[in-house]
Amino acid sequence: MIPLSHYLFISAALFSIGLYAVLTKRNSILILIGIEFMLNAAILNFVAFSRHDKFASGGQVFALFAIVLAAAAVAVTLAIILNVYKYYKTIDPTKIDQLRD
Amino acid sequence: MNIEQIVFYLFAAMVLLSALMVVCLKNLVRSIFLFFITLFCMAGLFVFALADFVAITQLVIYVGGVLVLMIFAFLLSNRELLNNTKAAGSKLLNIHHLPGLLIALLFFLVLTVTLLNADPDKLQWVQQSGSNTLQPSDNTIHHLGINIMTRYLLPFEVISVLLLMALIGAAHLARKEKNT
Repeated sequence: MIPLSHYLFISAALFSIGLYAVLTKRNSILILIGIEFMLNAAILNFVAFSRHDKFASGGQVFALFAIVLAAAAVAVTLAIILNVYKYYKTIDPTKIDQLRD
Repeated sequence: MNIEQIVFYLFAAMVLLSALMVVCLKNLVRSIFLFFITLFCMAGLFVFALADFVAITQLVIYVGGVLVLMIFAFLLSNRELLNNTKAAGSKLLNIHHLPGLLIALLFFLVLTVTLLNADPDKLQWVQQSGSNTLQPSDNTIHHLGINIMTRYLLPFEVISVLLLMALIGAAHLARKEKNT
């Protein structure tokens, strides 16, 4: 049986990698991938703790909810990214700095 | 060290290595396909936490849905990005990345210290869980189905409404303007 803390260490490392991607990347799709890493790290924590909660299985249920929410968020975000690309011809978030036409 | 631990740490190493390569590589297409490997190995870790249904959902939704969407968006928006990646050169450590790297490392340090101090294996409710602990022979889908339809019915319905909102919103954002 794998100790609980090992799951949490993996999750912490993955979260930090996602944070790095969000902070440094110059491409909206890579920033989105960073956010997905952070979400997956959180889901891993849910699932790891859910092992000790067999009858209520709250962790697994909320891991499922988080996966579904992440999928919905990705669909909307990609639609927004495509619209931004159509308008600005770039998806570099540092270059999209004006709201007016 | 038995076979379970070996396979678990293999999966963990693959998750972390492929995630690191996703953020380090310059080529966006390779990053997206390595992201696929990360998600696949995360599903493996879920299996080791005895959450087989969550693992299957991860495969179906993330690997089947999100990844295809990402590749689709990439193909629709990459024309001069491909030229940019060539022009940016292969400098691995850019000076602009240093603050982000520092923040990520410090955050990892904070999380590690917190974990070492919290010592989750010795938490009271974890140690007292006893018969409430999942065994590999348990049928998790049975418990999950009953719980979703009784205890977590309200969040379930809220999620369904939210999915409908996301569906309408995405369709509205992606549609073509008629008169412009």
